[in-house]
Amino acid sequence: MVHVKPGDLVRVVTKSGIILEGVVLPSTEFTSRGFIVLKLSNGYNIGVSLDDAKVDVLVENYLKLAPSEGPQGTTVIRGDGNMRIAFVSTGGTIVSKVEYETGAVKPALSAGDLIEFVPELKEIAAELVVSDFMRKLSENMTPKDWCEISGEVGKYLASGADGVIVAHGTDTMAYTAAALAFSLRGLGNPVIMVGAQRSSDRPSTDALYNLRACPLIIREAPFAEVVVAMHGSSDDQYVLVHRGVRVRKMHSSRRDAFQSINDLPLAKVYIQERKFKLVNRNYIPRSRNVDLVVMNRFSDKVSLIKFYPGMDCEIIDYLVDRGYRGIIVEGTGLGHIRDECIESVRRATELGVIVAMSTQTVFGRVDLNVYTTGRKLLKAGVVPLDDMLAEVAFVKLSWLLGNYPDEEPSEIASKLVTNLVNEIGGTQSFELFPRWYHGD
Amino acid sequence: MEIDYKGIGLKVGLEIHQQLDSRSKLFCGCPTKLAPEDSKYYEVVRYMWLTKSELGELDPAAAYEVSKGRKIVYRVPEGHACLVELDEEPPHDVNRESLVIALAIANALNAQPVDEVYFMRKIVVDGSNTSGFQRTAIIALGGYVEDEEGVVRIQTIALEEDAARKVDEGPGYVIYNLDRLGIPLIEISTAPDIVSPDQALRVAYKIGLIMRLSGRVKRGIGTIRQDLNISIAGGERIEIKGVDKLELIPKVVKYEVMRQLSLLKIRDELHKRGLRPEDVPETFVDVTDTLKDSKSRIVRASLEKGMRVYALPLPGFKGVLAVEVSPGRRFGTELSDYAKAWGGVGGIIHSDELPAYGISESEVLQIYNRLGLDGGRDAFILIISDFEKAERAFKAVIERLKYAFIGVPRETRGANPDGTTRYLRPQPGAARMYPETDIRPVRIDESILMEVRKIYIPKPEEILKILIEGHGLSHDLASQLIRDPLLHLYLDLVEELKGVTSPQIIASTLVATMKSLKREGVNVDKVDYEALREIFEAVGKGRIAKEAIPDVIKAIASGTSVDKALDSFKSLSVEEVEKIVDEVITSNIDTIRTRGPEKSVSLVMGKVMSLVRGRADGAIVNTIVRKKLAELSKQGGP
Ligand SMILES: [Zn+2]
Repeated sequence: MVHVKPGDLVRVVTKSGIILEGVVLPSTEFTSRGFIVLKLSNGYNIGVSLDDAKVDVLVENYLKLAPSEGPQGTTVIRGDGNMRIAFVSTGGTIVSKVEYETGAVKPALSAGDLIEFVPELKEIAAELVVSDFMRKLSENMTPKDWCEISGEVGKYLASGADGVIVAHGTDTMAYTAAALAFSLRGLGNPVIMVGAQRSSDRPSTDALYNLRACPLIIREAPFAEVVVAMHGSSDDQYVLVHRGVRVRKMHSSRRDAFQSINDLPLAKVYIQERKFKLVNRNYIPRSRNVDLVVMNRFSDKVSLIKFYPGMDCEIIDYLVDRGYRGIIVEGTGLGHIRDECIESVRRATELGVIVAMSTQTVFGRVDLNVYTTGRKLLKAGVVPLDDMLAEVAFVKLSWLLGNYPDEEPSEIASKLVTNLVNEIGGTQSFELFPRWYHGD
Repeated sequence: MEIDYKGIGLKVGLEIHQQLDSRSKLFCGCPTKLAPEDSKYYEVVRYMWLTKSELGELDPAAAYEVSKGRKIVYRVPEGHACLVELDEEPPHDVNRESLVIALAIANALNAQPVDEVYFMRKIVVDGSNTSGFQRTAIIALGGYVEDEEGVVRIQTIALEEDAARKVDEGPGYVIYNLDRLGIPLIEISTAPDIVSPDQALRVAYKIGLIMRLSGRVKRGIGTIRQDLNISIAGGERIEIKGVDKLELIPKVVKYEVMRQLSLLKIRDELHKRGLRPEDVPETFVDVTDTLKDSKSRIVRASLEKGMRVYALPLPGFKGVLAVEVSPGRRFGTELSDYAKAWGGVGGIIHSDELPAYGISESEVLQIYNRLGLDGGRDAFILIISDFEKAERAFKAVIERLKYAFIGVPRETRGANPDGTTRYLRPQPGAARMYPETDIRPVRIDESILMEVRKIYIPKPEEILKILIEGHGLSHDLASQLIRDPLLHLYLDLVEELKGVTSPQIIASTLVATMKSLKREGVNVDKVDYEALREIFEAVGKGRIAKEAIPDVIKAIASGTSVDKALDSFKSLSVEEVEKIVDEVITSNIDTIRTRGPEKSVSLVMGKVMSLVRGRADGAIVNTIVRKKLAELSKQGGP
């Protein structure tokens, strides 16, 4: 059998006698063994079994297959406006493009593409810095990445940016948003996390709509918070601007997956009309004369666990024994776990591990005063997290333990439930719980 | 016009799209049935985006639409589309049933399955696919159809998703219904091996027949679409989209050949006149003043709306715009198509058709004068619209006129119901195909091939046997039927009227009665499938006698409603026939007595049959007549 490699132009005579000519493509995770993927001249790909097939290489390396490359650093672009904007790309669907010749996924949006897609950037910015900073899928992000991203964002803010846009994969975007919200102390301008549920190589992508909202937010927003800008509905109608510490990905695939939980979104941006509409009057205002301090250390000794019926209480013991310093529990209902585990919780808190309680119902507050179990948990030293999202509490505790290493657990626990950036303690008005479809 | 198709080097290729009758759509669990008209639906608004490099591959008209940011509204009928059709959920694994049906059809067409199927994304920007691309995969290669004029090769067989159904369109928006999006389609593309209009029909018919014989494809309006590509030597390969009736194929081929030949003649004429492409002016003139007092209603209505009249002078072109390129379509019509497609204007008015539309002789003269042209030698084109549209329309018309010096432009055209075609858009370059990374490739292994073999598709040759042995048709009738595209109609009717009406009645009506009525000048085209079904059902249920079929068809063809026609030829009851027989016997009693009742059967039969005129079965009448005459002879005297 002739040795063929991706990029070669080959002629194949199959076992049924059909003659095919095409370029060999790199195989995918799904390609069967002993098969090659051939791109025919009509653009179609087909899989060809090499068993009993006759293969001739017509031209070696007919198609140049570029090796995947790392992040490319920064590009500075001059625009016609008067604002200074930074665009930090960390990876994810929003910047992913499939090359049609090879099928390779390129995890970066070039500065040129960005300007073409988002004409508002050039109109609004005097200087746009495009930083090809990281090429990571968001499920691979770790607290160490949060640290690096805040460092990069903080750098542009410190040097006078009027706003920073962070392109990020959507799976863990809300975690990174919270991480930035806590680590950028004294933030004077908005930081916008933006992502896409449909990659930007599709004509139906939501990436551009979401991206086009960003310059408008930087120009119009009265708030200086870390926000998430994503589709507000399945329509290309408006982009919602969510507070980074109050947002959650609520659907695995829809464009409008991101929704504010226990809080109103801060604003709506209508792209077609180029209109920015403030929705929530409770925000941290923008200001010029604040001193930004980047506190971007995160402890990796915090765990987030979800209680389930019959959960083995030794899981808590294990975490404590492994040196974990904080455990956020997603309890049931108002914030409960089974009676039997309360002893393990007590042991943890006595050893100085912070155990805090949120709820797996996602919506609503925890309240440990109502039932006996709750009261017992309080007595065992559990910290009730009020209406703070479990993921946000997890990030916040990692951040507190990272930046205040010498403080007593009781001080950390008290900081955990003290509001910093509107992450805890809102008013739960009736409208904040979504109305689901009930037929008719 | 008699055309020597071999002599002009005619080459035709077919591309046939047929919906498969699978239970679910190609990439989700939604049903493959269209939503009822009164379905509850909600709407989702989207826009499409393309990079410049992709826009560069598009024809400018489509690119213009996208860059304008046309609003796309999707109607989502309850139960007929889910998040997959809405591009809100990744496609599921390919529907195995569809793949198996498609492979079975491929097998019947002598094609070979590929080893592993990879779905691709073909960029589509008109909004008819929510994702902005159509998912398509080659599932088989090779294959051929035998024909008396030579074997026609099949190049590729693809499995793909049908597009959304366009509901409405207007300036700046388009509305689609998502019920059709995702219904599996098989696409069969032949090589350009077809050499005559009749061969095109035969091959399309044969492929269609094989698909329907699988018993696993959809039937009815819109479930099969035929595209043609047609070229002649010295002409161009023209794509013609949307030929939805098989019978239209030979006409479409013939008219396209006529069109290309005419365009080549126009080219020669222009050269003979010594004209050059540079003689087509680049600019147009506002001549609104010459028509400001016109009595023409079109002109007045447009001017009232604030539009202007713009003219393009065409020195030396007199008569060229009036050249007929296909029946009822002149070269001016071709130019008009361009103006409509590119400028969005209502069309053009040209000097070769004036005076007309209420524009008078003297106004025509004024325009000639205004443009400094000679009415005996030159021509002009008018467009009534706003400036921006006129500019785009004229730009396209000017380019098209310049191409007249070269010959036939490479176009994608759409079929009209009369077999002529209209310009749709320039032919795109090779479509960009992206791999569909969301769908796992499917290896065509033995387990799939086993399922494929379970679908038995009789060869067209075997149909004869089915018709004779299964349906009880005579050899003669059966062999007439299988050569005729009417077979589809026949099989549909037989299927629907199983156990109600005998196939012989259906076959002989379609093959013999309909044709002889057509020869008599009866407009049998007015009798559609529904009407035929009702007629045959009425025969089967005894509402009318089979003898009444020709009269019922005639009545329907002349405009009577089906129900009325069936009523006026309603079968007579036995009592009614007996009454008529009694009357005939009474009024002819003397003759019968003279001849003897036994010898009067044919006399009475003849008179009764002329009275019942198809409203009673001859055999029943015969029995009654014999019975009555026998009674008469028993009675003896009166
Ligand atoms: Zn569906």
